[in-house]
Amino acid sequence: MPSPRTITEKILAAHALDGAVEPGAIATIRPDVVLLNDVSGPLAFAQFAAMGATRVFDPERVVLVADHFAPAKDVESAEQLRLTRRFAEEYGLRHHYGPGRGGIEHTLLAELGLVGHGDIVFGADSHTCTAGAFNALGIGFGSTDLAAALATGRLWLRIPGSIRVELSGAPRHYVTGKDVILEVIRRVGSDGALDASLEFGGPGASALSVDERMAVANMAVEAGADCCVFEGDERSLADMAARGMAPRSPVQADPGAGYVARLELDLAELSPMVARPPSPANGVPVEELRGTRVDQVYVGNCANGTLTDLRQVAEVLRGRRVAPQVRMVVVPATQRIWRQALAEGLLDTIAEAGAAVSTPTCGACFGGHMGILAAGETAIATTNRNFRGRMGHPDSRVFLANAWVAAAAAVAGEIVPPAVVLGCSAEGAPA
Amino acid sequence: MIIRGLVHRLGDHVDTDVIIPGRYLTLREPAALGRHCLEGLDPGFSVRVRPGDVLAVGRNFGSGSSREHAVLALKGAGIGAVVAESVARIFHRNAINLALPVVVCPEAARGLQAEEPVEIDFGAGTIRQGDRTWTMPPFQGEIAAILAAGGLVPRVRMWLTAHGSDSERR
Repeated sequence: MPSPRTITEKILAAHALDGAVEPGAIATIRPDVVLLNDVSGPLAFAQFAAMGATRVFDPERVVLVADHFAPAKDVESAEQLRLTRRFAEEYGLRHHYGPGRGGIEHTLLAELGLVGHGDIVFGADSHTCTAGAFNALGIGFGSTDLAAALATGRLWLRIPGSIRVELSGAPRHYVTGKDVILEVIRRVGSDGALDASLEFGGPGASALSVDERMAVANMAVEAGADCCVFEGDERSLADMAARGMAPRSPVQADPGAGYVARLELDLAELSPMVARPPSPANGVPVEELRGTRVDQVYVGNCANGTLTDLRQVAEVLRGRRVAPQVRMVVVPATQRIWRQALAEGLLDTIAEAGAAVSTPTCGACFGGHMGILAAGETAIATTNRNFRGRMGHPDSRVFLANAWVAAAAAVAGEIVPPAVVLGCSAEGAPA
Repeated sequence: MIIRGLVHRLGDHVDTDVIIPGRYLTLREPAALGRHCLEGLDPGFSVRVRPGDVLAVGRNFGSGSSREHAVLALKGAGIGAVVAESVARIFHRNAINLALPVVVCPEAARGLQAEEPVEIDFGAGTIRQGDRTWTMPPFQGEIAAILAAGGLVPRVRMWLTAHGSDSERR
């Protein structure tokens, strides 16, 4: 009998070509999907050619997404998109998505039905860990590693230890997955999960929708984690079915599996959180930052441009206005989400309030385009990083928060608890 | 291999956004990226740094974005090696893959004096500055193999030659 294993160890073991799957050991792992974008892709394609590779390991399992500088913002980024498109054509790749057809890679990958229970994604992007929401492992790499994965269908990996995060309780109104992960990062620190996988489970996990689990998994890397994984359940199974995937049993941890650390989090005790710059580990309850004036509000990114987020934003903005001194940019994560938001009237509500609605793009989240900050400006964003200069000038500031808090700040012109803007709602929001 | 240069000191949690800000990610050449190296933290850095200089850094160096442009920027600026208390996983792999030596040696990372010359002798496994010498842990396993091959590109090229690029390998 093999010794009891965590979810991470089980998924890795099912994909190991050689080596021992135990924490700290080196193993060779094959991915189910390899994912690159218009920033990481062009560097990888050049390395792929330098390696002397003449074909990709499996043209059906490679996904290229133009999302960072898409639609192209200038001639240089147009060249990046051209190199990405050309690689897809040259190697006969089925999955290549650009403006008007795709969206932000991690949200899109799930939407396409390319990641489900027990899968492994290798992505040339640090937020590949978002796949953890689907009871899968997403592992981020740089371009040269992914060039090797494209050529050989495998990469070496140091097997991470697993950190169990036990969730209990049900979140109060205006508390979301974003607040769960900001609290976890606050507790463990921005390198507290180095060489580890964050495993989320427990009775509280079922209180989180799959969209919210994406918000959690997306930021696992901000605690230094190699990857992240949620226990699978009826919600993740239903989500796979909705994305057109055949049902598959979730991978669950064995009783007695070994963890390098354990955390317990009662969702009922959480408040909406805001992470102060320059670290996602700087989370505090929103009340502590009440009155902080903002110049820009940005809603979007690879985990918080979902329909769930857009519905929250629209609920706050319905019948209200974005404060005159504030500009608000809202970026649905994929084309499908954008269209659904249009059909539900969310985009009109948001636009009517005075916000700019963008086509899907990574945009200003990484300081690329579509809402860059000037020196001295302050933004509140539903994104995942608030490093120095992340969204623009080195002397600009980014506060991270959920969509309720971001939209409330847009109306108030400053950081406030959402209940202050929305009042005590019928759902019994705490004031 | 022996690297000689001046030490530049940086603190904890230096992320890849400050090493090379997002707006430069349409650049791909090391020299072009090197001109903006660490611009987010110290705009004069790329002008002061000389070929072979060494970064002595704190915890969690290279955290955040997977952008390999960060390693290209450091190499383009002339950085010969990084001595760190600890390194973020993706950056660590990127550096090794592009044959930028990253030495995880907390004592040396804390002890190296800024703006003073240092000599790193990878053969002997020593870091020397003035009358101080630190012994660094040897590179092991895959990391040693990749560095010995001169980076991941030559290592994969050898692998493909041995296994064939066209065979189905699953």
